[in-house]
Amino acid sequence: MREITVTQALEEAMIEEMERDERVIALATTRAPALENKFGDRRVRFTPISEAAFTGIGLGAAGSGFRPVVHWGMVTFSFVAMDQIVNQASKIRYMFGGQADFPVTYRCTTGGGAQIAAQHSQSPYSMFMHLAGLKIILPSTPADAKGLLKSAIRDNNPVVFFECSRLAGVTGPVPDGDHTVPIGVADVKRAGRDVTVVGLAYYVREALAVADSLAKEGISIEVIDPRTLVPMDTEAIRASVRRTGRLVVVDEAPATCSAASEIIALVTEDAETFRALKSPVQRVCAAPVPVPFSPPLEQAALPDRARIEAAIRRVL
Amino acid sequence: MSQEKAELVEILRKMIMIREFDLLAIELRKARRIYGALHPYVGEEAVAVGVCAALRPTDRITSTHRGHGHCIAKGADIKRMMAELFGRADGYCKGKGGSMHIADFAIGMLGANGIVAGGMPIACGAALAAQLEDRGGVAACFFGDGATGEGEFHETLNIASLWKLPLLFVCENNRYGAGNAIESVRPVTDISLHAPAYGIPGVSVDGNDVLAVRDATEQAVERARRGDGPTLLHCKTFRSLFHAMRDVPPPETRAPELLAEWKGRDRDPVARFEDLLTGRGHVTAADVSAIRDTVKRELEAAVEFAEKSPYPDPNDLLVDMFAE
Repeated sequence: MREITVTQALEEAMIEEMERDERVIALATTRAPALENKFGDRRVRFTPISEAAFTGIGLGAAGSGFRPVVHWGMVTFSFVAMDQIVNQASKIRYMFGGQADFPVTYRCTTGGGAQIAAQHSQSPYSMFMHLAGLKIILPSTPADAKGLLKSAIRDNNPVVFFECSRLAGVTGPVPDGDHTVPIGVADVKRAGRDVTVVGLAYYVREALAVADSLAKEGISIEVIDPRTLVPMDTEAIRASVRRTGRLVVVDEAPATCSAASEIIALVTEDAETFRALKSPVQRVCAAPVPVPFSPPLEQAALPDRARIEAAIRRVL
Repeated sequence: MSQEKAELVEILRKMIMIREFDLLAIELRKARRIYGALHPYVGEEAVAVGVCAALRPTDRITSTHRGHGHCIAKGADIKRMMAELFGRADGYCKGKGGSMHIADFAIGMLGANGIVAGGMPIACGAALAAQLEDRGGVAACFFGDGATGEGEFHETLNIASLWKLPLLFVCENNRYGAGNAIESVRPVTDISLHAPAYGIPGVSVDGNDVLAVRDATEQAVERARRGDGPTLLHCKTFRSLFHAMRDVPPPETRAPELLAEWKGRDRDPVARFEDLLTGRGHVTAADVSAIRDTVKRELEAAVEFAEKSPYPDPNDLLVDMFAE
């Protein structure tokens, strides 16, 4: 199978979906020459830096029959558009009694590790999960990125699609043809017996690396990638934990009210899964600080392989 | 009846309907037969009706927290509106929205909105859709003078002008943003002056003169349908009543002199239009009474419809969250 980067995979998804459905339009503050050349500047809109306006424009165009894909740039900038996200997009369908669909996809990059400091290194998935009314996607491989972006664009709801910055240049196999991945289905990236490690985005790869190294000691790690945070494939994670009896969740957001916390709550509030636990569950998350700039400080703030391994050893 | 006369009588009927709907809603709320917050449109009827008279049924609008007038002007069913105020299953939003969130996408009414300026980007998206559809559609966003302090107002004006979107910015300047007089929150009170900064026409109009509003809207619509972009309509009006009520109407805090200035049949958009039509001989006083009686009977029927409608089933709490 051919190998491409996450960035290439996402661009392929955009091109294929814009070819497939002329109602798909793109809005972003940065130019997208490949799309513009192919589809023209009517469907590919280069916008002023007005996040609130173009977030709402995407929503209004979605409610008027189009399928906009709005790119916020970094998730940082979405905070300027919080009215449109929190008060409008997440509530508009339910609040109006389900009388219209709003097929809009909001894309943005997330995550730290690139020495771009506090504002531009955030991973606030759980803020969006909390809103009720948005589907939330967070892929970790090129194939999942492509397949899930295509599914997001075809979905009839507002979807927030997070793109982990550190994964942008990562390559991986992507099937040819119309490759889609269903929203709400987790993927077992590595099967194992002893510990379930749920990783998010970049930390799926890091968990896999730790699993490789621990395999040499005979420790068998199962690595699960939820891929979508809303809806969460709770049963897939619970089923794994019932087999292994141990759970570690790894993410680069701070632990407080995080996706990691939500995953642990979902797993442990099920009686059968709870009874299967052999040790306390662990979160490996960022320190509760704005992500600092200087490399030694940033590395100290974010999870790493040593901390993942230590957490695994604690539950064994 | 000539077509022109029929149109004028329909304008009058809609204005009376809006007036009577909101006066009735206030009584229903005081009697605690309906729920939540209420923002009456009394005194501003000419704006919604004048603007919507210049729109096609397929054109789209967004509204505000003070949205009953926009719904009725765009052609919403008062029975389903009333059922929504009563929190019933046959309401426009099946009881999930209430007064501040009535929408009817089938008639291009994309929703009232509890956030000041919140509907403006959404209308801008509807205008982008109309531009891409290329069938001459337009969108209009209603907003108050208070919305001009929001970033969404400026962002939307800029983008709509830049992309020459078929969008009408309809400012209902009723002199008060909630409890704050316009002079206390803006150094410049002529809202139309924002237009030149964004390279579009800004038109100030007597917002209590329904035909002046309609005519100004027609020009703006014509420009929008031509592909020349948006217009900012500054409709100068006055909120006859309070900003919002819950169980009881709040005390009046505006200056008596100001209130006196806006008293009288010539300052009331409904009475003024009645007088215009009777003066022109289009209708008699008896015709107007008959219209008002019919409106009141329809409203009684709407209340009856609402009260007969069941409350939503709590088992349906999660219905409508996500589309298939």
